[in-house]
Amino acid sequence: MLFEPFSTLTSRTIVLRQENVDTDQIIPARFLTTTSRDGLGDSVFYDWRFDEAGRPRNSSVFNGLNPGDFRILVAGSNFGCGSSREHAPWALLGYGFKAVISSDIADIFKSNALKNGLLPVEVDDDFHRYLLSHPGAEVSIDLENGVVGVHGGGMSSVFKVEPFARRCLLDGVDPLGHLLNRKNAIENFEEAHA
Amino acid sequence: MRRPDRTFATLDHSTPTLPARADGSLPYATADAAEQVATLIRNCERHGVKLFGLGDPARGIVHVIGPELGLTQPGKTIVCGDSHTSTHGAFGALAFGIGTTEVGHVLATQCVLQRKPRSMRVIFDGRAPDGVSAKDLALLMIATIGADGGQGAAIEFAGPAVEALSMEGRMTLCNMSIEAGARFGMVAPDETTFAWLKDRPYAPSGDAWDAAVADWKTLPSDDGAQFDEIVPINVATAAPMVTYGVSPDAGVGVDQVAPATRGAGDRQAFDYMGIEPGQKLSSVAVNRVFIGSCTNSRLSDLQAAAAVMSGRKVKLGVTALIVPGSEKIKKEAEAQGLDAIFINAGAQWREPGCSMCIAMNGDQGAPGDLVVSTSNRNFMGRQGKGVRTVLASPATAAASAIEGVIADPRPYLIKETADAV
Repeated sequence: MLFEPFSTLTSRTIVLRQENVDTDQIIPARFLTTTSRDGLGDSVFYDWRFDEAGRPRNSSVFNGLNPGDFRILVAGSNFGCGSSREHAPWALLGYGFKAVISSDIADIFKSNALKNGLLPVEVDDDFHRYLLSHPGAEVSIDLENGVVGVHGGGMSSVFKVEPFARRCLLDGVDPLGHLLNRKNAIENFEEAHA
Repeated sequence: MRRPDRTFATLDHSTPTLPARADGSLPYATADAAEQVATLIRNCERHGVKLFGLGDPARGIVHVIGPELGLTQPGKTIVCGDSHTSTHGAFGALAFGIGTTEVGHVLATQCVLQRKPRSMRVIFDGRAPDGVSAKDLALLMIATIGADGGQGAAIEFAGPAVEALSMEGRMTLCNMSIEAGARFGMVAPDETTFAWLKDRPYAPSGDAWDAAVADWKTLPSDDGAQFDEIVPINVATAAPMVTYGVSPDAGVGVDQVAPATRGAGDRQAFDYMGIEPGQKLSSVAVNRVFIGSCTNSRLSDLQAAAAVMSGRKVKLGVTALIVPGSEKIKKEAEAQGLDAIFINAGAQWREPGCSMCIAMNGDQGAPGDLVVSTSNRNFMGRQGKGVRTVLASPATAAASAIEGVIADPRPYLIKETADAV
């Protein structure tokens, strides 16, 4: 088992309204020379959260928030574009996020997030607009049924997760086991294509 | 590790581009960077992986040396923990960037689980005017379809303007597929591809070469193949492109003005860049120029920059960094005297690596700097905290270094033609 099985999640949201939030913003490259995954949560959105002197920026939506109270990040479209650095989902998880909601999440980020138990949730435009304009809303995500909604408000959206990755998340299993179990098929392929 | 024989490694992101110190040690930016390099060297030794390491004449940026060595071939599946792996698609390979966990899957099983992406064909019609390079076509394509226009897609680049490109140009184009949101970009292999690969160190030879070429010729899309989306782009009226914002799709012709804002995000981008909507881009002051990266560090890129810089001087107050993509390119450029042209112009000629494209080796700008860069990303802070990036071709970057403002390279081409007459 790689991580806690993901079934449902209820949490308040932190909202980043910007579109095209790239992985250089999520974690700047100068934090990538590490050879360990520990402590990356401290560096998430570093240049958005802290000024040149390392003081918290008043303008940052993260300022004054207790990370543990917010498990869901809502962001503008094309979230996670750019570099393939898996440090981006590691840093978001390190900060305490368990899910990211947007109308449109970049392919490589989505793939990386799914492999680490960070759920990428792509919602319809109406629900996305609602979430963007209601920071701090309490949102529930039901992965089994593919539904995400706001408590009391009635607003909701269906979402899809690639079926194999969804199964792995629900069961909390590592896709590597699935590949390793197919050793015979891999050997047969290699012999046929030697 | 399942197939060390099919796995190759190089050092590019964290390595310094300054030469070794007198005692032979390298001037790493941080102890972490040195440790990261040492870890890769140890891991390659332990698992029997071929490493093109420090001091190896074949070392360089992974997306430059893969093709250079002939490791990149049509029909191969190529993955790397780097989003610009789409570069190798220029040879008709299925090449895409993966994350660290997937790298682990590949090392352990030689397999990686993928869903079939949607298919997209971008057709470049017409003939690109003089002074319009593959980089300009890439920026035009991204401005046309948007930074998420290729989301979930594999893109085939086709049409007469792509067929006319050199392999280096095709690599530049496929390289920036990810800036349009696509993990895969590719060009059908043809005679240009085969001629480029022939006699490369890892390319097949003798009878195996003939068999390989026969196989490669079966790879192009069938006539009448169906695509989920087709995007035509006319290049006959294209101009050299530059970006004015903090997303690679914010690109216009270098002779144009920055367009009006579309929303709050654009406002933030204009504020960060210090560029106003309606402002003529060719008036924007530049204090740094970077020519290099997996997008534009190949010999023809350096030749294009040298043609503009030859006999001229970099504007006072502008720092220009020229970083070849590989040891091989560095040597070839020096054999042609390009290093002397750059150095005489007042530019810095560096050791191969990723350098200021990702700015994690110590090569970076200072807050407020405006860099005209031949790299692929103009994200906020990409080239250093508070640094502003304008993406452009090598010729445009070189012209900007000379003039100290964002500059159109075409007048330099015209002058040379006149000189020749």
